[in-house]
Amino acid sequence: MAERLKLDIVSPDKLVLSDEVDEVVAPGSEGEFGVLPGHLALLATLDIGELTLRKSSGFEHVFVSSGYAEVLNDKVTILVESAENSRDIDVNRAQAAKSRAEDRLSRTHDGSIDVARAEVALKRALHRLEVARKVH
Amino acid sequence: MASLRDIKRRIASVKSTRQITKAMKMVSAAKLRRAQSRMTEARPYSRKIAEMLSGLASSVSRDAHPLLAVRDVSKATVIVITADRGLCGSFNTNALKAADRLVAKLASEGKSVNVVAVGKKIKAHLKRKGAVPRAEWEGLSGKVDYSVAATIARDAVVDFEEGVTDEVYIIFNEFKSVATQNVVSKKILPLDTSAGHDASDMPDFLFEPSVEGILGNLLPRYVNVQVLQGLLENQAAEEAARMSAMENATKAASDMIGALTLAYNKARQAAITGELMDIIGGAEAVKQ
Repeated sequence: MAERLKLDIVSPDKLVLSDEVDEVVAPGSEGEFGVLPGHLALLATLDIGELTLRKSSGFEHVFVSSGYAEVLNDKVTILVESAENSRDIDVNRAQAAKSRAEDRLSRTHDGSIDVARAEVALKRALHRLEVARKVH
Repeated sequence: MASLRDIKRRIASVKSTRQITKAMKMVSAAKLRRAQSRMTEARPYSRKIAEMLSGLASSVSRDAHPLLAVRDVSKATVIVITADRGLCGSFNTNALKAADRLVAKLASEGKSVNVVAVGKKIKAHLKRKGAVPRAEWEGLSGKVDYSVAATIARDAVVDFEEGVTDEVYIIFNEFKSVATQNVVSKKILPLDTSAGHDASDMPDFLFEPSVEGILGNLLPRYVNVQVLQGLLENQAAEEAARMSAMENATKAASDMIGALTLAYNKARQAAITGELMDIIGGAEAVKQ
């Protein structure tokens, strides 16, 4: 297949990744979706999760926090608050964030802690760990 | 006429001041470089968000989302960003002046004004005037990132949604170039969507979940991004202002050292001449 997708992953801190790929699988807020070359123009919100890129050299996994995906003329732009390639994930930090969030959730009845925030933090940590495990 | 020793002492003191200003200039130069690269790195994200938003917002009506709502304005909030530290020329003064001007203008329109203070200088300024800020932040220098901006912006967004405020402005120093900073004061809420290109040049997009859903998600982020940009610009501008202020101070110190050295040499020469005259006068007297 000659056609390829041009992929940019952008976070407020930097351009995380810019690459040519064969396929992108993204964690849409309404469910996971895949993008192949020739996809229709699409604008979708993304959930916290894992972005999978298929390249001729194999698969790459990128952790993404919530944001957007825009597909236009075989150009995929992923706009997220943070994104980390599986090999760049700080496992210890994610581990620490996980236990911190769990700890908070276990003490929810004292009312002082924002449950929703802790849940989101836990979700982020779990997905980070999940993606980090896929380093090849 | 100052004594030789006095002049010498002054030269030494000006020299050590010059050392300090020189060092501060170098530090600022290094920080500026970092701040500038942060600013450039943040640009693609904010540009893309703005692009998406202007495309979307022009295709929905003003009441599609609370953050787009234009109400009669009776209460306004101004987010003022200054530095924590001084010694950067007119950097802080300019921002404070602009803030005072805007607050006075809003007040003259019969609006009650709240100020969100970002940076020690605006905080102190408000305190002097006996005003209480709606919220205050400090110690952000070098630590600005998206989550910081989001925290600052969240308060403003919540206030706006709950009707505590009807308008939100932001004032900060924009980084024009290393030599120029420019105070910017702009309205961030309600969002101005008129600048967006019209919907016709947007291709037909599939939306997931829906235009409204995406918009609801995008708008608060857009506000965050604007605050983030303000913070980053301000940081770069602060270091640039400090750098040129310190450069000027270093130059002034050098000039002063030059002038003092000249005075010192003159005084020394005068003293020597005086002594010589005495000796010659004495010798002449003995001869006679």
